[in-house]
Amino acid sequence: MTPPDPTAAEFHPASALDFLPRERLRELQLARLHQTVARSYGRVALTRQRMEARGVAPDDVRSLADLARLPFTTKVDLRDTYPFGLFASPMQEIVRLHASSGTTGKPIVVAYTREDVAVWSEVMARTFAACGLHRGDIVQNAYGYGLFTGGLGAHNGIEELGATVIPISGGNTERQIMVLKDFGVTAFCSTPSYFLHLIERAEELGVDLRTLPLRAGIFGAEPWTDSMRRRIEARTALRAYDIYGLSEIIGPGVASECAAQDGLHVFEDRFYPEIIDPETGEVLLEGAEGELVLTTLSKQAMPMVRYRTRDITTLITEPCPCGRTLRRMRRVGRRSDDMLIIRGVNVYPSQIEAALLEVEGTLPHYQLVLDRENGLDRLSVEVEVTPEVFSDEVRVLEGLRARLAHAIEHTVGIRVGVRLVEPHTIDRSQGKANRVVDRRRKDP
Amino acid sequence: MKLAQLSLFIENKPGKLVAPCRVLANAGISIVTLSLADTGEFGILRLVVDRCDAARAALTEAGFVAQRTEVIALEVPDRPGGLAEVLTAIDSAGVSIEYMYAFTYGRDGRAILVFRFQDPDRAITALAGAGIGVVAPVAVGQVRE
Repeated sequence: MTPPDPTAAEFHPASALDFLPRERLRELQLARLHQTVARSYGRVALTRQRMEARGVAPDDVRSLADLARLPFTTKVDLRDTYPFGLFASPMQEIVRLHASSGTTGKPIVVAYTREDVAVWSEVMARTFAACGLHRGDIVQNAYGYGLFTGGLGAHNGIEELGATVIPISGGNTERQIMVLKDFGVTAFCSTPSYFLHLIERAEELGVDLRTLPLRAGIFGAEPWTDSMRRRIEARTALRAYDIYGLSEIIGPGVASECAAQDGLHVFEDRFYPEIIDPETGEVLLEGAEGELVLTTLSKQAMPMVRYRTRDITTLITEPCPCGRTLRRMRRVGRRSDDMLIIRGVNVYPSQIEAALLEVEGTLPHYQLVLDRENGLDRLSVEVEVTPEVFSDEVRVLEGLRARLAHAIEHTVGIRVGVRLVEPHTIDRSQGKANRVVDRRRKDP
Repeated sequence: MKLAQLSLFIENKPGKLVAPCRVLANAGISIVTLSLADTGEFGILRLVVDRCDAARAALTEAGFVAQRTEVIALEVPDRPGGLAEVLTAIDSAGVSIEYMYAFTYGRDGRAILVFRFQDPDRAITALAGAGIGVVAPVAVGQVRE
């Protein structure tokens, strides 16, 4: 792969920032960091109180490394200051509010000035450009439009790029398939799990997606795996790209894959990434795996200083074959608040999900049960039997159980017990949190 | 003639067997015979009922994983050596048995053997060659749906 030619008609000027020399990028980052810290300190009470408590002032930030001296911001802070407590602009300057559904009670509210919306459009245009889209592409945007940042975030980016957006929003799969077919759609945006559902529906309806002009899928808003990517790409003619973002920072548009499909370039001139140890909060050495912390470098309405994303990843500093100088982050598969420590080993439910998916093809309902016997932690995974995997013969089911156990042990590196259970016996009412039943705490 | 059988996944726990039986009772379905294969943690309940499709619909509706499987039923004399004769014929034909169970069904002096073969069609041919008859669904009370 060779870097794109900036004089080519397909090259969008916004993408030029993706190719800045690293020194220039660092100068830009530091200048913008000063502005962000000063703005947040001057206008957000919580930031000022926390910085004063630590005895740091905005002037103490002289280098990018000094960022480590500043306090973190967390999701709890957003909840505690609900709805507008972290805004740094008066409502007269705010042109848009979005909200993300919290897992408990109140949502998290985020705000944008006109300038913020322009920056968001720019980073989304860079996202689509990195995924190989340009003017002339017809993009079906099936992210939900509304309070969720996905729909409008992608929408503005597609228009900014100069491509054609179909603002179809989520749901109504049959209509999605009809539009896909009839409008000559070349790119599709949605969550990867929704697109897998659409593929299945299209197959049922006898629509062969491989014969359509569809060539790119821009998927995000939920963790997914390389095995899902392989399944999507095997059943369509498109290349499936992973994008990353979160409402607290801007929405989608924080990072995106490129043609290399090997890590997501962080739009570092807008969002500064750090990797920390989720237990101690210490900044880790380059290349280490840890929790991603992001600082917005040009947000006006809601600057975020050292926001703890809870997403676990690694920053890749090696040059990318696409020529972008922006560092890449590894695909996010797990979150630090999901982490379990079993016999001293860090285990994430998402690793177990990936193993289940690999064996069964689709993700069954499952539950992790942890208990302690004779001082030793024991993990068992209960997996609901689905009609697809059920067999009338005991040895086939025993074989399935053994394959599941093997795949999980191979992924997490500790012994597990797998139990096949009847359908609808695992509680679905409380979402992901209920996937883990930890009985060790009752153990004296 | 092949016979329709329903196979059901159940956990090996107290109270787990009664739940599907209640579903069948409420749907007015009569169980002709059943067999239970179990491991330490789960079991497969195999049922021959009068109305297989209706039973499957009721069980699926109630959230069970129920699969329709084809089995072969043979009628044999209920006397010492009756089973051995049939198994000898199957064995000499080189047909593999996945599992089997037996029951008597309102016929004096006759027993019914239910077989799941790896290759059912080859088994039927081999059995016919040995002069062993296969029981039709109606003979064990299964009705057409």
